Amino acid sequence: MTDTRDITVTINGKTHEASVETRTHLGDFVRQQLGLTGTHLGCEHGVCGACTVLVDGDAVRSCLMLAVQANGREVTTVEGLAESRTKLHPVQEAFWKHHGLQCGFCTPGMMISIVAFLKENPDPTEAEVREAISGNICRCTGYQNIVAAALDAAAVMKQGG
Amino acid sequence: MGVRYVGATVQRMEDPRLVTGHGRYVDDIVIEGTLEAAFLRSPHAHAKIRSIDASRARALPGVHDVLTQADLVAQLGAALDKPMAQLYPAPALKQDRTQYPLAKDEVCYVGQTVAIIVADSRAIAEDALALIDVDYETLPAVVDIRKALAADAPLAHAGDSSNLAGQLRAKFGDIDAAFAQAAHVFKSDFLQHRGGCHAMECRGVLARDDAYGDGLTVWSSTQCPYLIRRALARWLNEAEERVRIIAPDVGGGFGPKAGFYPEEIVVPLAARILGRPVKWIEDRREHFTATTTQRDQYWDIEVACDGDGRILGLRGNVTHEQGAWIPYGVLLAFSSLAPLPSAYAIPAVDVGLDIVFTNTTPNTPVRGAGRPYANYAVERAVQAVAYGLGIDQAEVRRRNLIRADQMPYETGATLRDGSKAKYDSGDYIACLDKAMAKADYATFPARQAAARAEGRYLGIGVSCCIEDTGIGPYEGAMVRVEPGGKVMVRSGAAGQGQGHHTFVAQIVAENLGVRPEDVIFESGDTGKFAHGVGTIGSRVAANLGPAALDASLQVRDKAIKLAAEVLETAEADLDIEDGFVRVNGAPDLRVALGDLALQLAPMSGVRVPSGFTPSLEATSYAGSTGSPIANGTNIAEVEVDPGTGEVRVLRYTVAHDCGTMMNPMMVDGQIYGGVVHGIGNALFERMIYDERGQPLTTNYGEYLLPLATEMPHIDIVHQETPSPLNPLGVKGAGEGGTIPAAAAIVAAIENALAEHGVIVDAYPVGPQYLTELLDAAEAKAAAE
Repeated sequence: MTDTRDITVTINGKTHEASVETRTHLGDFVRQQLGLTGTHLGCEHGVCGACTVLVDGDAVRSCLMLAVQANGREVTTVEGLAESRTKLHPVQEAFWKHHGLQCGFCTPGMMISIVAFLKENPDPTEAEVREAISGNICRCTGYQNIVAAALDAAAVMKQGG
Repeated sequence: MGVRYVGATVQRMEDPRLVTGHGRYVDDIVIEGTLEAAFLRSPHAHAKIRSIDASRARALPGVHDVLTQADLVAQLGAALDKPMAQLYPAPALKQDRTQYPLAKDEVCYVGQTVAIIVADSRAIAEDALALIDVDYETLPAVVDIRKALAADAPLAHAGDSSNLAGQLRAKFGDIDAAFAQAAHVFKSDFLQHRGGCHAMECRGVLARDDAYGDGLTVWSSTQCPYLIRRALARWLNEAEERVRIIAPDVGGGFGPKAGFYPEEIVVPLAARILGRPVKWIEDRREHFTATTTQRDQYWDIEVACDGDGRILGLRGNVTHEQGAWIPYGVLLAFSSLAPLPSAYAIPAVDVGLDIVFTNTTPNTPVRGAGRPYANYAVERAVQAVAYGLGIDQAEVRRRNLIRADQMPYETGATLRDGSKAKYDSGDYIACLDKAMAKADYATFPARQAAARAEGRYLGIGVSCCIEDTGIGPYEGAMVRVEPGGKVMVRSGAAGQGQGHHTFVAQIVAENLGVRPEDVIFESGDTGKFAHGVGTIGSRVAANLGPAALDASLQVRDKAIKLAAEVLETAEADLDIEDGFVRVNGAPDLRVALGDLALQLAPMSGVRVPSGFTPSLEATSYAGSTGSPIANGTNIAEVEVDPGTGEVRVLRYTVAHDCGTMMNPMMVDGQIYGGVVHGIGNALFERMIYDERGQPLTTNYGEYLLPLATEMPHIDIVHQETPSPLNPLGVKGAGEGGTIPAAAAIVAAIENALAEHGVIVDAYPVGPQYLTELLDAAEAKAAAE
């Protein structure tokens, strides 16, 4: 029951060596063993998207991936988005500016999904943004300001912001 | 007066922390030595518990203990052998039933707490769940409210004589005369279904018991920490001051987090028994059955009107699903009748309501509480008049809306405190006009005809609403200037994402003459502020707002009075700006607020200035002198595919009046979220139980929440009619989006399918149900 493995994983640019239970998912690992509690668990069955992180640049639901599967990979969580303590990522800045969050619980996963999406599609339409975040559930905002934030972030990032 | 912040779109103070992943929700709090818990819950809708054997679970390595109700009593005394207290006792309750924290000898819904397992980790605790042997004797369950009062219905509680928990009635005006003189009477009956909480953060409780130090400290993902303190202290028979409840960041509330739950007793008691902090975090599957919800109401009503469609009276009966227990009094049922007659000048109303037990999760308010039910019912009655007389749906509303010249308008209803219900202000018809203009209502028939020519079915639906907001008695605010010039504000009103910090900072900054970013805000910790109620019922802006304003002005007066002495100037010549008290016309003559605060909070050997009390601070509980009534009109434009039954919302327009807006961006945010919640009710969210009381929709593949792809762009137009009931002119804005949405969507669906004569008699309107309605309409047409 407590079968463990040793893994090496790079999280937000920092390499961690850890012993993890084989049944521990990536979300619990970053939250409990690394103390990175910005990644939130909303449903633990892969629908709500709150736990989304980047694994080698791809948006992944950390509740559906075991920590051992992250061995040797690079993971980015919400704590790794901002360039520095004083300079937010354009997506974070846009969420703040456009009131793209209320309670803030879905926000980290939502922003990570948008960061990954804007890499693939730097100049999206509103419909494309809605499609891109359709795997992230928000109960507070009605999505409208999240869509506005994503479109604004895309515009800022295109200008090199 | 310095810079105006109230009414401006100020970016939220809360956000830098939240967008960088530095929020602090219950599950993020780490206390050394914390054990983790899981609950064993009833798998049956109704059963007797013959015995519980936890010996195998206790033997599992890593398990610290398994506790049942009998164990709690054995360890902590017979005084705790009692069910939970009723939070809101009411005379209307014929059977006031609350559950035991852990089931004693009977379980009455799937998900009811039976035992708690405390272990080194949640995973081990969950492993142990399967090792507890409970011997259940299953009993018949009652599920359908329309059958629950039948003589042969199974009983939700063994030994009862009836499933009737209580009765309410809304009655005013001369209803018999209204129907006697009516030119027309139209009947409607329909089933309303509202879904659950589904805050993205599930509930969670972390408890630490320090008998010889701080007492009991409980972190809970709650909307109402003071309610929990009172309920828990009373139940334990301990002093409120020895029970500290902290609501940290809370990931959405929406009503169900306003109650008091078994876990909020059992987790603290487990911490007490084990002498270690204990944490329980609800998982999503638990949330579907363990967190209170709203569900069914069946309405059977008739409306009387004159030949022009002016409504004379509304009467009928409601059956209200209570679920298995009554944790929250009759508030949900009450708020289903209290909004009558909604936004219309209906002179006579007589609607009775039966509160009915079922073997399902207990029901308490979800965003809007009973108001969306009441609104929907009245809007259905208005639609019935429109259909019956062939009058345009907006025109019928125009003829019946309460006019601006009737304000303040006494509805005839009596409130719970015995006073007369009175709408304070508003121009409802102007709001309707604004919505119609923004929605291009006048040109809709052309859009509809053009689409029909292409074989597409468009429809438009109108719904008007009121929202009684800002219910008292109070929220408090303490405003204190620190010697460094920062301003500390404390309150009892815990937020769940509404932006309390931001709007309070706007009020304090404007009235105290400081910058919003210099205002620090703390709330939701009963150890730091004496009294609070909670963030429910769109009440915080109209209660905390005036309190923050009043406290700021008191601090301002004190600062000006002291500065007048320091600067040797008349008080009338002073103003405060950017943290300095300045002499008008001589801006270099100034003293910093922080320096004044320092003079009022000196260290040893220094006097407080004569005639002043220490500390540059004030506390106020000023609020509103009644319930400000917000109002609005929603217009939905939909496309229906009669082949698949799919409904797409193409456009959605809101005209809304919540009085003076303190932060328009945040008001819009409340409306967007509220509307989408209402659209979810209308089209998607359905908590299904089978006839044995087994829940069938316990994940987000089966229970559908609104997603970005299904939601329309929402256009909002504002009207600002300041409420005369508080000095800010503010009315609540939290639920006005949700309340009218379902009625607008359903009216639009019917409008789209008018040629088929489809009348929707239940919501949510899923594809299967809609195609069944179309098939039935077709069969009926063929028969005629």
